[in-house]
Amino acid sequence: MATVIEPTIFELSTPGRRGVKMPASDVPTTALPPNHLLRSDLPLPELAEVDVVRHYMKLSKFNYSVDDGFYPLGSCTMKYNPKINEDTCRYTGFLYTHPLQPIETVQGNLALMFEMQEWLKEISGFPGVTLQPAAGAHGEFTGVLMMAAYHKSRGDLKRTKMLIPDAAHGTNPASVGMLGFTVITIPSDSRGNVDLKALEAACDDTIVGMMLTNPNTLGMFDENIEKVVQMVKDCGGLMYGDGANLNALLGIVRPGDLGFDVMHFNLHKTFSVPHGGGGPGSGPVGVSQRLVDFLPSPLVGIVEEDDDDTAPLYGFVTPKNSIGRMKAFHGHFGGGLVRAYTYIAMHGPDGLKDISQYAVLNANYLQARLRNTYHVPYDRICMHEFVMEGQFEGSDIRALDIAKRLMDYNFHPPTNYFPLIVHEALMIEPTETENKDTLDRFADALIKIADEAKREPELLHEAPHITPFGRMDEVKAARELVLCCWLPENYETMA
Amino acid sequence: MTYIPISPAERDAMLKTVGVKSLDDLFDAIPKNHRFPELNLPPALTEMEAAAHLGEMASSNENVREHLVSFLGAGAYHHYVPAVVDHMLRRGEFYTAYTPYQPEISQGTLQAIFEYQSLMATLTGMELSNASHYDGATATAEAVNLAYAQFRGKRKKIVMSPTVHPQYREVIRTYSQGMGLEEAGDEPTSSELSPEALTSLIDESTMLVVVQYPDFFGRIHDYTKLIEDAHAKGALVCIVANPTALLMLKTPGEMGADIVVGEAQPFGIPLWYGGPYLGFFTTKKSYVHKMAGRLVGETVDSRGQRAYVLTLTAREQHIKRERATSNICTNQGLLALAAAVYMSTLGKSGLQEVANLCYQKAHYAASELSKIDGFGLCYPDPFFHEFVLCTPKPASEVNQYLLDNGILGGYDLGKDYPDMQNHLLVAVTEMNSKDEIDTLVEILQEMK
Amino acid sequence: MNTPSNLQYAKSDEWFDPATGAVGISDYAQNQLSDIVFVELLVDEGEEVTVGKAIASVESVKASSEIYAPAAGKVSAVNKGLSDKPETLNSDPYGEGWMIKIEGGAAGDVMDAAAYEKYCEGRSH
Repeated sequence: MATVIEPTIFELSTPGRRGVKMPASDVPTTALPPNHLLRSDLPLPELAEVDVVRHYMKLSKFNYSVDDGFYPLGSCTMKYNPKINEDTCRYTGFLYTHPLQPIETVQGNLALMFEMQEWLKEISGFPGVTLQPAAGAHGEFTGVLMMAAYHKSRGDLKRTKMLIPDAAHGTNPASVGMLGFTVITIPSDSRGNVDLKALEAACDDTIVGMMLTNPNTLGMFDENIEKVVQMVKDCGGLMYGDGANLNALLGIVRPGDLGFDVMHFNLHKTFSVPHGGGGPGSGPVGVSQRLVDFLPSPLVGIVEEDDDDTAPLYGFVTPKNSIGRMKAFHGHFGGGLVRAYTYIAMHGPDGLKDISQYAVLNANYLQARLRNTYHVPYDRICMHEFVMEGQFEGSDIRALDIAKRLMDYNFHPPTNYFPLIVHEALMIEPTETENKDTLDRFADALIKIADEAKREPELLHEAPHITPFGRMDEVKAARELVLCCWLPENYETMA
Repeated sequence: MTYIPISPAERDAMLKTVGVKSLDDLFDAIPKNHRFPELNLPPALTEMEAAAHLGEMASSNENVREHLVSFLGAGAYHHYVPAVVDHMLRRGEFYTAYTPYQPEISQGTLQAIFEYQSLMATLTGMELSNASHYDGATATAEAVNLAYAQFRGKRKKIVMSPTVHPQYREVIRTYSQGMGLEEAGDEPTSSELSPEALTSLIDESTMLVVVQYPDFFGRIHDYTKLIEDAHAKGALVCIVANPTALLMLKTPGEMGADIVVGEAQPFGIPLWYGGPYLGFFTTKKSYVHKMAGRLVGETVDSRGQRAYVLTLTAREQHIKRERATSNICTNQGLLALAAAVYMSTLGKSGLQEVANLCYQKAHYAASELSKIDGFGLCYPDPFFHEFVLCTPKPASEVNQYLLDNGILGGYDLGKDYPDMQNHLLVAVTEMNSKDEIDTLVEILQEMK
Repeated sequence: MNTPSNLQYAKSDEWFDPATGAVGISDYAQNQLSDIVFVELLVDEGEEVTVGKAIASVESVKASSEIYAPAAGKVSAVNKGLSDKPETLNSDPYGEGWMIKIEGGAAGDVMDAAAYEKYCEGRSH
């Protein structure tokens, strides 16, 4: 039997205990629906409020978070989440407005969304933006749908292939798969750029376009970016930019200016919306002129212009050839847009440029401090992140062991085993919100771990040691598949 | 430099270590003609100014707590959220963590999701739940993805009730653009609305039947027979359910549903002008490998302690890439936590009280409203906390009149169903007092 | 690495038994995939398959892979019990772990055991 550190909320339940009570009914009683329409039992937990609080407090302490310490998870941009955002997004006027209220009653919300669209256009260089997508992958799917709709509207139906570099995030091919397109993988060259010869060979009139993350997942800005875009466009393809790495580009370069046609933003990475233990995110999408008519509906627009006496009236508009609706209502307004709006408003143009400059400085500083200890396969000035190998000549230590050992030094490990084109990859993204002392301590820890790998490899193989939990039996989890701590009584018969 | 903790001296030292002279020198790889664009954005605000500016924007809205009495639902509901919920969400350990890829230091998130999964499976009467989707609409679209993957594209027809939320149907149409699906039933006419009418549309090529419970008009149908008929043709059935109603009503699991999805916003998540919300997705064990989304399973760690991990990850996009059922990566982690804390804090009895208050107040409102001259309930069917009121004037005019009197009326069904201009969808929850309901009735009595 | 000499092997790591028409994945493949937790057969009995057609999808704790027909012909049997015991692919890839049988199967581009072993060794680095 396994030791139970903290019981589940079901195990903590005792029949008859009460938490928060509801008021008594103030209306005459109506009979309930007939019995055959009612559930027989509601086997949910019964606890006192204090026990609920202590349970979740205890769980919270099992987590490592940005508020606890350094979280250099590559491609995830785990920057500090300003506390003011947590307040603004909970202002009464935002919390208690219904998504279907008449537009006249929610002009504050609509003005915020309208400005947010305008700001994101300005930051990215795209003439159109939708705020609707719920997350990066959702924005990506939105973008690919628009690319498909564009070609279809031109009667160009033979385009069924999408070019995707080998270093891409898994969401890129998965988004393409959802539309039934074929993925053509394009290799990277020795400097971490798109291999132009391979690209030339793949470009023809059957491509939908190309999905490119730039800077890519190696942290490299493609040195031939304008050529790449031109080659894709010359054969009638559209250029998709994965905005996962936008934290490197604010005020540095605008993807729209480089000729991209679509890009999704990750408000939860670049614009400090907290990651929430895996969501909610927010994934607005920007598009070039030839795609603006295909944006999802609705967008926020001005439905009555302002004059000397009155402010403009904001409302919803539907693009002419819209691909349709991507989710119910208007996007992740409260938890996403209000937080990101607060963040952008507090930075302004110079502050945004500072973000990217210091994100890139911090990454390069760490790379410089570590390159003599760990092999950096693509060793040039990086952008906001870099990738090194978590392995040593003649040692059986792997990236996973180094990652787990970092926990003993009270750091969150970097992303490991991604991108796939680097052996035993450790992908490090420090972000701009870390000071030099933290970066030095992290570099010192990694250098010490490299030394431990030589002298006491067991220390790494068995890590982590100081965390409340050790390494997990993932095979047991997948084979036995216990997904539920409470089964309905009729579980046996439901098969 | 708002959140950048590096001093000028430190910056210079770091630049020296890197081997460049200035910050600008780090960007030589960027095409020169596009490097360092001037961004036309408003100048930076301090925290104090930002708080004031956002405060002004927020207070220029009319909200349902201070200005308007609301009877509007249609997919988003105004419920009481116990104080504990937001206090737990404000724990930095929860909200500033990422997806629990490193289980040794993410057991808080993992166990909370495991409990959420357990709570939702219990609520719906299904065998398992995933870690959640973006919202109710996209969860429904993921049910279509599951069915498509389950039949490996060999069945391509979905039968969709016209009384599934109109926006959910729209999202399914958007999502399925590349699948070449045949869609039946999805017509905004008021004629064929009963579950019986749907049965005739199900055939051997049908992969999925989608119905809502209670339906978009608030009516409670027992779908047991429809599900039997669908299963006889080999099709799967997805029920889009309201979680508050499930606290009282027969579970979709008991009816034999294959997939139960819905919007869990009513469970501890504010209206927030439409998001972020919480799509729940529950199903049977036999479909788990075709289900999209994150999944937490129980295991043990190297020290013999019970623990939790993300499991069956090879189904997902980062491994299966273009062959994955969906491209989804994140769930709505923090909001799944909100729902779990909501359900735990109210507990079995508190939740039953919420459901009962919604039911009682809605029925009181329906009974009083239908006494007004020219008004009446459009359908005789049983309902839970939402019902369709037939109005003597177009519902849009009724709503305008109510708004002028400080009331956010119901949802004008004429917007989505052209034949239903005089149909108002009214929602009543525990937040509506008897006084508010009586005021609504009085105002409508006076409407000319 | 176990590589029975009576079988033929495809570059994509399937084995084919010319005597019985049986198809499965090699010991090398199951070892690379590690702990297999899910297998779905993508073809039905009576179906015609061509060389290279995806006949099964396999998922392990860490990886996912499609399995392709190493021979062309008519599917005469499928191992229906496999989906309940996917771990059989790890424990007995050449026995209980067979996936389908292809009647009158004409093998595509396959290697003998010795060539396959050499091919696998070449990939280990």
